Amino acid sequence: MNILDNDITAELQTQVKQAISNQTPLYIHGGNSKLFYGNTVDATPLDISAHTGIINYDPSELCITVRAGTKLSDIETLLAENNQILAFEPPHYLSSSNNNQDTATIGGTIASGISGPSRAYTGSVRDSILGVNIINGSGEIANFGGEVMKNVAGYDLSRMMVRSQGTLGVILNISVRVIPKPEQNITMTFEATQSEALSYFQNLRKNTLPITATAWLDNIALIRLSASEQVLQSCKEKVKGDERLNADSFWQDIRDHTHEFFTDSKNNDKPLWRFSLPPATPAKIQLDGQQLIEWDGAQRWIYSNAPDNIIQGIASSFKGFATHFKDATSNNAGNKELARFSELDPALFVLHKQLKNKMDPLGIFNPKRIYRGL
Amino acid sequence: MNMSLDTQIYNKLILQLSDILPESFLLTSEEELRPYECDGLAAYKRLPVAVALPDTIEQVQAIVKVCSQLKVPVVARGAGTGLSAGALPHEGGIVLGLSRFNKIDSIDTDNLTAVVQPGVRNLAISEAVSPYGLYYAPDPSSQIACSIGGNVAENSAGVHSLKYGQTVHNVMQVKIVTIDGELITLGSETLDTPGYDLLALITGSEGMLGIIVEITVKLLPKAESIKVLMASFDEIEDAGHAVAAIIADGIIPAGLELMDKAAIHAAEDFVHANYPLDVAAILLCELDGDDIQLAEQVEKVDAILRDKKAVAVEIADSPEEQARLWAGRKSAFSAAGRISADYYCMDGTIPRKQIAHVLKRITEMSEKYGLRVVNVFHAGDGNLHPLILYDASIEGELESTEKFGGEILELCVEVGGTVTGEHGVGYEKLDQMCVQFNEAELTQFFAVKLAFDPDSLLNPGKAIPTLHRCAELGGMHIHNGELPFPDLPRF
Ligand SMILES: Cc1cc2nc3c(=O)[nH]c(=O)nc-3n(C[C@H](O)[C@H](O)[C@H](O)COP(=O)(O)OP(=O)(O)OC[C@H]3O[C@@H](n4cnc5c(N)ncnc54)[C@H](O)[C@@H]3O)c2cc1C
Repeated sequence: MNILDNDITAELQTQVKQAISNQTPLYIHGGNSKLFYGNTVDATPLDISAHTGIINYDPSELCITVRAGTKLSDIETLLAENNQILAFEPPHYLSSSNNNQDTATIGGTIASGISGPSRAYTGSVRDSILGVNIINGSGEIANFGGEVMKNVAGYDLSRMMVRSQGTLGVILNISVRVIPKPEQNITMTFEATQSEALSYFQNLRKNTLPITATAWLDNIALIRLSASEQVLQSCKEKVKGDERLNADSFWQDIRDHTHEFFTDSKNNDKPLWRFSLPPATPAKIQLDGQQLIEWDGAQRWIYSNAPDNIIQGIASSFKGFATHFKDATSNNAGNKELARFSELDPALFVLHKQLKNKMDPLGIFNPKRIYRGL
Repeated sequence: MNMSLDTQIYNKLILQLSDILPESFLLTSEEELRPYECDGLAAYKRLPVAVALPDTIEQVQAIVKVCSQLKVPVVARGAGTGLSAGALPHEGGIVLGLSRFNKIDSIDTDNLTAVVQPGVRNLAISEAVSPYGLYYAPDPSSQIACSIGGNVAENSAGVHSLKYGQTVHNVMQVKIVTIDGELITLGSETLDTPGYDLLALITGSEGMLGIIVEITVKLLPKAESIKVLMASFDEIEDAGHAVAAIIADGIIPAGLELMDKAAIHAAEDFVHANYPLDVAAILLCELDGDDIQLAEQVEKVDAILRDKKAVAVEIADSPEEQARLWAGRKSAFSAAGRISADYYCMDGTIPRKQIAHVLKRITEMSEKYGLRVVNVFHAGDGNLHPLILYDASIEGELESTEKFGGEILELCVEVGGTVTGEHGVGYEKLDQMCVQFNEAELTQFFAVKLAFDPDSLLNPGKAIPTLHRCAELGGMHIHNGELPFPDLPRF
């Protein structure tokens, strides 16, 4: 795998320092594949995508250190050559602003913190983070965490960069824990109503089967298992349904939102919501549009035109959250002032604001990307 | 009473705390305060002005508010087993002991979680959920004594963290009381919480950002079967290479621990685990899973161990045999305590490929300082625990032990590691933090601290050294394994 070794730290730092001295905010971005995720930031772009390269990778250390602009696909190819993977199976979302090219960078992956189908079984983005190197709110370069598996020196600012969506600093380099690639995957599938599938998934959670993904849509339940051939043979007897051959592309489509569920024009007149619920929530969410379930029921994709307050009310009644993930494509207005993420409790939001204020005192980094006031 | 707190403020403090707490929950006499003067690292001792032992969250909120108004420091304390003097009292402040918060509030066998109070002992959680076939994975060796609140505050880990993660990977939600007395929930019962990951931030924050008053832990179903392999080596370097080889082969054991000759002998004398006494090192490797998977892995690991020059490999099938093999490892610290008046436990983490090199350097340092070392550690994650044996009653020995320890930690940073993998910085490793972090980084840590605690009242003087201290120390700054003037020889 040939990945361009291009360190533009100095240029990026100059731009940040300039922005600080002019007090002009920046919109930090990589491949723009997740442009839709959050509020539009009206600010000078700071493009990280040219900051590429592998800084350190020794497979036996189970860690890779890369520059933030490195393409996710390049990293995954390199890991695959060494029989390793990223545990959190990150989505690549093809970017519409770039002719549906796969432009996702590792920096954007970490900053947005969106994990893929395996999340409920092998952990989230933040679970895999070991260290980051950032440009902070004073334009200085700082390192947190490192490349070793366990590190409790200082506050865990590296994990906190995950999901911060560029509002706390510019991620330059990242050290991520990697895991061995399972020898094989199989997918078992059977017909089920949503509630049948949920209760079946729930029962599986109490076993120690090597499950790495589950999904339900169109009255079909699917279960992916990953292990050696011999182990998988024995799993076939323990899991309901028939084997679905060549299922890798199905899971990739679910991961990248290239599955029909996400691309079919009949869904496009409604916004796409992501519900995040306690895994064992047995109930079906009563809303108008189509639903796709992942993570045993903990992640639910729902198209719905219901008002935001109704949707948020449903989510919180299950002790969960709802994210306005994508606008209806028919709505070209691109409403900038939507509340896309569930509101935080006031006292918690005050802590967020104080933290943002201390880490980015001039409010340079991605203002309002997640919430107004951050 | 204590001179470092103004008498008037002291009187106000005691008066207001007695309004909040029943008499027996507030300790003020020297005799009552004495047991709280240190944690598991007894080299550092200080008396607090008072110890408060609340048993409700409302009491914690009220106590913190009083302290906040009077600007009196608050040091949270769990079971006091910490090894970095994190719970060392502040001479002008109170200790807020959470030992009365010892209830498991609920067990959710559907969501596989339990809601527990911070004073609950780590092992008590696994014991309580065991009837449901579940357990709580992080298992520090101190698990019979340490509290789950302390575990969150330190991001503690154990033998099984190699496969199942540290505390940060096994906690879903935490409730904290802030210095303003607000009760705030961090994280959630879902797999994806909106906003910043303050749950990760509070984990390992050593009582500096908030008081942890409730924890929702993740539970795992118990593995179908377990095997423990014990491999003996004539050279400790070979054991180090075997560790890297197992991981490189794509196997993540549930635990992978290394003991050197001194540790083997100390443990054997203590618990009679039937360890071989004529070898340089043993590796204990625990594998778990279903029977088929386990058989495959045992075969592979056995072959790797032999390939890396193991002179013998013993495979323990029965729980009794496995418990025997683990007994020596689990009691290694106490065993060290039997062969020496005192010991000092270090906690650096290094890349696995550096294990052999670093162990060799530690042996050289041991000769230089004339102090014995016992090595017993989490080899799978490269987390070293050299125990330096010393006698505090011999003049100067504690000082040279501290110097020796400091040198080990600086070596860990030099080879690309960190000064602490699981025990925390506390009061103990402040100087080494100056070696690992530069001014911008330390400033950033202080910024985070101030966002939560503007008057620095929560466990002040721990975990993050002041820039002033680092400047005074004038320490050589090693960063990312890059030494200043790398081409100069070093002795
Ligand atoms: C023999 C022995 C073996 C050990 N083995 C291991 C091991 O294998 N792995 C490992 O990781 N550690 C180990 N330790 C260290 C220690 O047990 C852990 O750090 C443990 O998590 C401390 O828990 P505690 O309840 O005793 O905390 P304490 O010592 O009471 O406190 C530790 C720190 O946490 C803070 N704190 C405690 N409770 C709270 C709370 N509720 N809210 C906010 N802050 C709080 C304190 O202020 C202090 O900074 C060992 C210790 C001993 C003595």
